[in-house]
Amino acid sequence: MTTSPVSQTRAAPLLSRGQCILFGCLLALPFFEMLFDLGLSAPTRFVFVFAIVGIGLNVVVGFTGLLHLGIAAFMAIGAYTFGILTCTIYPFQIGFWPGLLAALLFGAAAGAFLGAPTLRLRGDYLAIVTLGFGEIVQDLLKNLEPITKGTQGINPLPTPWFFGAPFVSDTPKSWYFLFLGILLLCTVLVRNLEHSRIGRQWFAVREDELAARCMAIRPDRVKLVALAVGGGLAALGGAMLASLISSTGEPGNYDFQISILALCIVIVGGIGSMTGVIVGAIVMVGMNSILLPLIGLKLQQAGIGTTMSVYLAPDNYKYMLFGLTLVLMMRFRPKGIVAAEAEER
Amino acid sequence: MPDWIDSDVLIQQLLLGLSNGMIIALIALGYTMVYGIIELINFAHGDLFMLGSFLALTLVGAAMNCGLIDPALMGETSHWWLLGTLVLVCGIFCGGVNLAIDHLAYKPLRRASKLSQLVAAIGVSFIIVNIGLFWGGLPMEVFGGGGAAAAPKDFPSLVSDANLLGEESFVVLTWNDIVIFAVTIPLMIALTLFVKFTKLGMAMRATAQNVTAARLMGVDVNKVIAATFAIGGFLGGAASVLYANYNSTVSFQMGFRAGMDAFTAAVLGGIGSLPGAMLGGLLIGMVRAMSDQFVGTEWTNVVVFSLLVLILIFRPTGLLGLKQREKV
Repeated sequence: MTTSPVSQTRAAPLLSRGQCILFGCLLALPFFEMLFDLGLSAPTRFVFVFAIVGIGLNVVVGFTGLLHLGIAAFMAIGAYTFGILTCTIYPFQIGFWPGLLAALLFGAAAGAFLGAPTLRLRGDYLAIVTLGFGEIVQDLLKNLEPITKGTQGINPLPTPWFFGAPFVSDTPKSWYFLFLGILLLCTVLVRNLEHSRIGRQWFAVREDELAARCMAIRPDRVKLVALAVGGGLAALGGAMLASLISSTGEPGNYDFQISILALCIVIVGGIGSMTGVIVGAIVMVGMNSILLPLIGLKLQQAGIGTTMSVYLAPDNYKYMLFGLTLVLMMRFRPKGIVAAEAEER
Repeated sequence: MPDWIDSDVLIQQLLLGLSNGMIIALIALGYTMVYGIIELINFAHGDLFMLGSFLALTLVGAAMNCGLIDPALMGETSHWWLLGTLVLVCGIFCGGVNLAIDHLAYKPLRRASKLSQLVAAIGVSFIIVNIGLFWGGLPMEVFGGGGAAAAPKDFPSLVSDANLLGEESFVVLTWNDIVIFAVTIPLMIALTLFVKFTKLGMAMRATAQNVTAARLMGVDVNKVIAATFAIGGFLGGAASVLYANYNSTVSFQMGFRAGMDAFTAAVLGGIGSLPGAMLGGLLIGMVRAMSDQFVGTEWTNVVVFSLLVLILIFRPTGLLGLKQREKV
């Protein structure tokens, strides 16, 4: 099958204009913080992790139109792959970069494994199967204690190194630039996929599966690739998160709430839009791990902390936040902040 | 029978599975009815069930505070009138809330894609979970004074805990089990008769078969959908009282698990089919009880979810869901 002449005449630039502006701002943030210490660059590392997970989920939900409710399981798979292959209590200890790569590959394999038998299912059934997969993975990690250390989580995990040299002092800033770099790499890679043959096949399957089939596209295979890419990127994000906090954490950390956080990121930012996902990650993770703790801190400083009841702890509004986000976005702006069509060129 | 299975243990687990299965079946009916009419997995249904049990606990607490029941005698004497009132009140409450949810969150999306509706339903589910968390923080005696909102709450037994088979019997059968059958079976019969013989029930079946055709025949589809949500919610609310009374603990997060069990039951029986949901509920109850006993409680959720995934892959129409199935 030859590609259409339209797409051949004009190669897509490495990043769209919106993405250039976004990455420019993110690159400038730490330097700006040298002047005014806002304390933003440390929590922004989590934004990067979830942006990568969001980009992966966006390939599945946005590009291919499959609702995926178990993306947190792939983060867990990535984190535990990374943990088992790098932690000193296991015999492998392959180091940071091979660990990340292994997490990526293993996550992709897990995505394909989940997809292979389930892709013929109708949309809402597939969503429930992914949800079930997410719950099963949590329970497996919890119950297979000899391998996964159960609820203790695997720790400590190694910090990154560059060409034999250890990580340039273990400061938030170096993590910041490292994660920003990985995010940039993922963005460029997925953007290339989006504009390549497989990307056009994803869109074709999303818009009309029957028509796509008539064009000699095999929907099963196309969806499988999407699930593998999504799973791989989510696993990469999970491995990065584990490395950042030097522990895989307990399996319960990768619960349904995290899957929904990732879904909120994709939906708020703009379903199917790469720029949108990064914006969505900034908005959702920003609210989740910057704004809510900040409000909590201010409340405590204001002296309300002593009588801290359930209603005054901002953390307790998380479910409400995610829930209202989903309901209101579906109702009033289903295309998200950055609508996919508006993004390009 | 192999000798590693003690027949007393087996009978006890069967009984447990039967009782819990009846409750799951009642919740599953809410899923299957809504799915049959508008093809929406009403993700919030499990959490609505949780809300019902919180209302029940609040009312029990209020009855204690008013001196209507004696907290010291819970589990010894039976308060039939209270149980009956709770089933009715919580049923009506959940029916009303379900109706409101449909009106506010799902109705505007009726023409949107199915996945948008599902996403909205997940959103509603999260909002309700948060409401449950806050509800648990109310400063009431039964909520542990409101100090630990997220902690599971003890639900006092409203009927006698005495073993009806005698003190020395290993198998325990109490009024708690009997109550479940005494409530669920008439409800299921009433629902079946309603769907088969009333005008609204006939309209429901027609809408489930073909919305457009039903509308052309003069069926008020919006009214049918509203009635479906109200009835489904009522059954969920009734189930919540039975569940709380039987398992004597409620928590704001229990809706997810209960909802997943019930949805699995609905799918197992064949989604859209009323007898299917009842059968599926019983089977899931049994599977859970057997898995608890013979596989290990920590694996039960894996067993149920694996079952769900396997049914969806190999037999998405379920046990009773035939091509010419009669949906709701």
